[in-house]
Amino acid sequence: MSNGLCVLVPVTEVATVEDEFEIEGTAIADQYLGADLNEWDDYAVEEAVQLQEAGLADEVVTVTIGPEDCEQTIRQALAKGADRAIRVWDDALEGVDLLDVGAKTELLKAVVEAEEPDLVLSGVQSGDDSFGATGVSLASAVDFQWGAVVNGLEHDLEDGVASVRRELEGGVEELTDIDLPAVLTIQTGINEPRYASLRGIRQAQRKDLDVQTLADLGVDASAVEGDLELSEMYEPETESDVTVWEGGADDTAGQLAELLREKGVAQ
Amino acid sequence: MTDVLAVADHRRGELRDVSYELVTAGRELADVTGGNLHLAIISGPVDDFAEKANREGVDAIHTVSHGEEFNHDVYTQAITQLYDAIAPQYVLAPNSVNGLDYAPAVADELDLPIVTDAVGLEADGQTLIANREMYGGKVETTVEVDAESALVTIRSAEWPTAEGTGDAEIEAFDVEIDEDAIGSSVTGFEEVGGGDVDISEADVLVSIGRGIEEEENLDIIRELADALDATLSSSRPIVDNGWLPKNRQVGQSGKVVTPDVYIAIGISGAVQHVAGMKGSDTIVAINTDPNAPIMDIADYAIHDDLFDVVPALTEQFQ
Ligand SMILES: Cc1cc2nc3c(=O)[nH]c(=O)nc-3n(C[C@H](O)[C@H](O)[C@H](O)COP(=O)(O)OP(=O)(O)OC[C@H]3O[C@@H](n4cnc5c(N)ncnc54)[C@H](O)[C@@H]3O)c2cc1C
Repeated sequence: MSNGLCVLVPVTEVATVEDEFEIEGTAIADQYLGADLNEWDDYAVEEAVQLQEAGLADEVVTVTIGPEDCEQTIRQALAKGADRAIRVWDDALEGVDLLDVGAKTELLKAVVEAEEPDLVLSGVQSGDDSFGATGVSLASAVDFQWGAVVNGLEHDLEDGVASVRRELEGGVEELTDIDLPAVLTIQTGINEPRYASLRGIRQAQRKDLDVQTLADLGVDASAVEGDLELSEMYEPETESDVTVWEGGADDTAGQLAELLREKGVAQ
Repeated sequence: MTDVLAVADHRRGELRDVSYELVTAGRELADVTGGNLHLAIISGPVDDFAEKANREGVDAIHTVSHGEEFNHDVYTQAITQLYDAIAPQYVLAPNSVNGLDYAPAVADELDLPIVTDAVGLEADGQTLIANREMYGGKVETTVEVDAESALVTIRSAEWPTAEGTGDAEIEAFDVEIDEDAIGSSVTGFEEVGGGDVDISEADVLVSIGRGIEEEENLDIIRELADALDATLSSSRPIVDNGWLPKNRQVGQSGKVVTPDVYIAIGISGAVQHVAGMKGSDTIVAINTDPNAPIMDIADYAIHDDLFDVVPALTEQFQ
C-alpha cells in the first residue's frame, strides 16, 4: 500500500425543525423534529473522499457521537464514499441534554488516539446548536495543528503541509500553510458534495460500523458530564413591527407592487 | 478571581468594531463580579490599537507585540499566559472567524468550559448565564455555566460599542512565545467576489435563498429582477451550489448591502445573512415560514409560497 494519509471525518446528525413547532421544557417537542446529516459535514466527507480519489488518502473513516438512531445518517456518509464508520455511544450519554465542547473533545480525542489520522476534516459547526468549537478544541487536545473555516484545500499536501484558504469576513480569504497532522474545519462551498449512487448506498450497508462505548475508548464517565446546562428554551422575543399582507398570491403581490411603485421602483 | 479579560479583534491593520462591543460586555460582567476589566491586544500595531481601544470602562490594557497578522498559536500562547498572570474569572473573545480559530484552543489549554456565539450574558458572581440561539435562530436558549471560570465568545453587533475616552494603563505584557510550537503561517490574503456587478451599489435588490430549490427555478427570479429593473443577489447556499457567482452573495462572508429596497425571497434570515443586509431601508420578506428569523427585521412580509407570489408580482410590472 502507498503511504497515503488516513483521514478522519467527525460526522454529526443534526436535528431539523418544522416551520411550526412547540417547545416542551428545554427542547422542541419530538413530533416537530427531523434528522439530517449536518450540512457542513457533508462537505467535509466530500473533501475527504476527493483526497482519496486523488490518491492522497488511503482511508476515510467517519466518527459520530450518537445513539443507534443516527446510523442511517452515518450510512449516508458511507454511501458517499467513506470506508468505515465509528459510532461512539454509551448509557452515560443518554441523559446528557447538552453535550458540551469539552465532552465531545474527550470522546473524539480517544478516537484520534486510536486511529492516528494525519488529517481530521470536521465541519465548521453543526447546524442545530452552532457551537463551532469542537474541531479546534480537538486539535488542541491531541496536539495537532489546525485551521478554522477552511473553504479551500490544495490537493498536494507535499512535505506534510496543507495549503488552505480560510474564509474571513467580508469576502477576504486568508492563505495559510498548516503542518500535518492537522484538524481543518470545513466550510460549505469548498466543493460540490455528491449524491450517493445506488451502488454506493448498497455498498454502505456492508461497510464496517463499529460501536464504541466509553469503556472501549478508556474515557471516564465524569469526562462527559460537562459544566454547561441548557436551562431554558423559548421563542426569541421580537421587536418586529412587520406588516404582513394577507390574502391570495394575487392580492399580496398587488400590495407589494403598490409599495414598490410608491418607492419609485421600476419607474 | 473576579476580573474579566477581553481580547480585541483586528485584521489587516484595522481594529474591528466587535472590540468595542467586547469592552461593553466585559464592563457589564466586571461590574457584577466586582473586578477589573482587562483588554488584551495581540499582534499588529498594538500601541495604536491600545490608544483607540482605551475607552470608558477599561481598567487595564495589555499589549503583545508579536507579528503583524493574526496567528492562532501566538494568540493561544499569549492569552494562556495572560490568564495565568491576571487570573480572571471570565475571558471574552469575539465570535469572529479568527475568534473561533483560537478561543476553543485556549479553553482546551486552560481547561475552561466554552460558550460560543453568546447574544446575552448575565452573572451573579457564581453562575454565568449565557443566551444563545439554536436552529438557525428559530429558538433562543439560556445556558448556565457552573464553573469557577469560563470563556465566552460574543456575537458581533449584540452589545453597543463602548464610547468615551478611558484612562486605562497601557502596558506591554511580557510573554514568551515558543516559535517551535507555531505550526501554521499566513502566506497572503485575497479579496474574492469581484467581477461584473457590485451588489452593494444597487438601489433595489431581489435576493433569493434556498427556498428556490432548483437551479432551473432561478429563471422566475431573474424575470422578476428584470421587470423591477433590480439587481439579483442571494444567500450563501445559492453561491455554494455554484448557481450564482460569489459576487452576488449577501452576508458576513459576502457583501454588505444597504439598498433602498431589499426583497428576501426564500431566505430564512440566518445571522450571517442578516449581517449583510440589515442596513437596508425597506426589507420585504417572502417566505412560507411565518416564524423564520427574517420576519424579525422585515418591514413587510408575505407568508406564502414564492412559486405563487413571484410570478404574480412579475406580472404586475409587465
Ligand atoms: C462562518 C459562516 C459564514 C457564513 N456566511 C454567510 C453569508 O455571507 N451569507 C449567507 O447568506 N449565509 C452565510 N452563512 C450561512 C448561514 O448560516 C445560513 O446557512 C444561510 O444564510 C441559509 O441560507 P437560506 O436562508 O437561503 O437557506 P435556509 O436557511 O435553508 O432557508 C430557506 C428559507 O426558504 C423558505 N422557503 C422554502 N420553500 C419556500 C417556498 N416555496 N416559498 C417561500 N419560502 C420558502 C424556508 O421557510 C426557509 O426560511 C454562513 C455560515 C457560517 C457558519
